[in-house]
Amino acid sequence: MKTLNRRDFGVDLGLALAAAILLPATTARADDMEVHIDNFVFQPAELRIKVGTTVTWTNRDDIPHTVVSAGKFRSKTLDTDDKFSFTFTNAGDYKYFCSLHPHMTGIIKVE
Amino acid sequence: MSGHDHGEDGLSRRKVLECMTWAGTGVLWTITGGVPRSLGIIDSAQAATTAVPGMTFLQISDSHVGFDKPANPNALGTLEEAINKINAMPAKPSFMIHTGDITHLSKAAEFDNADRIISQSKLDVHYVPGEHDFLDENVKFYRERYGRGTKGAGWYSFDAGGVHFIGLVNVVDLKASGLGNLGAEQLAWLEDDLRGKSKSTPIVLFAHIPLWTVYPEWGWGTEDGGRALEYVKGFGSVTVLNGHIHQVMQKVEGNVTFHTARSTAFPQPAPGAAPSPGPMKVEDAKLRSMLGVASINFKQNEQRLAIIDTPIQG
Repeated sequence: MKTLNRRDFGVDLGLALAAAILLPATTARADDMEVHIDNFVFQPAELRIKVGTTVTWTNRDDIPHTVVSAGKFRSKTLDTDDKFSFTFTNAGDYKYFCSLHPHMTGIIKVE
Repeated sequence: MSGHDHGEDGLSRRKVLECMTWAGTGVLWTITGGVPRSLGIIDSAQAATTAVPGMTFLQISDSHVGFDKPANPNALGTLEEAINKINAMPAKPSFMIHTGDITHLSKAAEFDNADRIISQSKLDVHYVPGEHDFLDENVKFYRERYGRGTKGAGWYSFDAGGVHFIGLVNVVDLKASGLGNLGAEQLAWLEDDLRGKSKSTPIVLFAHIPLWTVYPEWGWGTEDGGRALEYVKGFGSVTVLNGHIHQVMQKVEGNVTFHTARSTAFPQPAPGAAPSPGPMKVEDAKLRSMLGVASINFKQNEQRLAIIDTPIQG
């Protein structure tokens, strides 16, 4: 996990800046995680993270998607290449889906 | 095409559909005696409709105004081509239904552009929303334009030419892992709307996502669509018109004919034929054969409406 993050550090720095703009109240960290939306699938569909981690979703499809976890978080509509970030401050399982294409589901497990 | 038998229609209808698919623009629906029949390509549809009088209305769908990705960099342009095709029809249809995804991202300018082009048909248009029409932050643009006089998220019914038309909304309150959704309130309204209607009244149900289960793996179906179909079970002629899947698909089950129309923006793959249902990039020369509209003709004393899918080109 750490090796991967170091290797992707350059990318993470860019994301960290984006996250900092989107979420001014949180401090973006180098071990933040990414979920990609490709072909109507959240990848990875299941992600295990530590409390305090920020996850950024990027829509790489030609069709808009959303990221919605009932009562927890809800992105705006993400057009192609749009991003949404959320910082997980509490442990637990966060199931989420795309409210436009509800067969698209994922889960973030926060420990 | 004008010859129509309701009993052994499987083969002939399939042939018709193939010919439509091959040709590619819209679906022209003809209601003859209660059952809509698809007439295939716009040109042969015209021939059929001029040969047999009755009420004819058009179905247009999935214009996705604002879409500019490789599968079709100019969705507004192909919408205009479809409208031009409609305007060139020798017999003017009575009205048009639009089965949703008018816009791609629910931007005000997209709605404005769609209206500017579609209004060139000078036809009354009855809309139902697609999921792409409810994306603005306050979810108000669609309602402000098309929601007047409708119930809930935009459902309503009206009568035309002896046919009872019901526009349903199955794109809101979708549940994780689920399909399209009508919801209890709309179903109760539907049951009430049909109460007291003569069973000989032809019924046309139209909604964005297919009310029948086309391919659940891609969300192509409606969770509680079966409930709606229960309510129309006793009627002699029921036609269900949908969009969303950007391709022609038809199924006949008893008195119910299910049909989906092409998009005017971009094609989508056949169920399971690609990793995802996303926009399908085809050769430029082929694109317009995979976009289109439908024309539906209704004639008294014939059970099925005749549906003709007409490509923009081909």
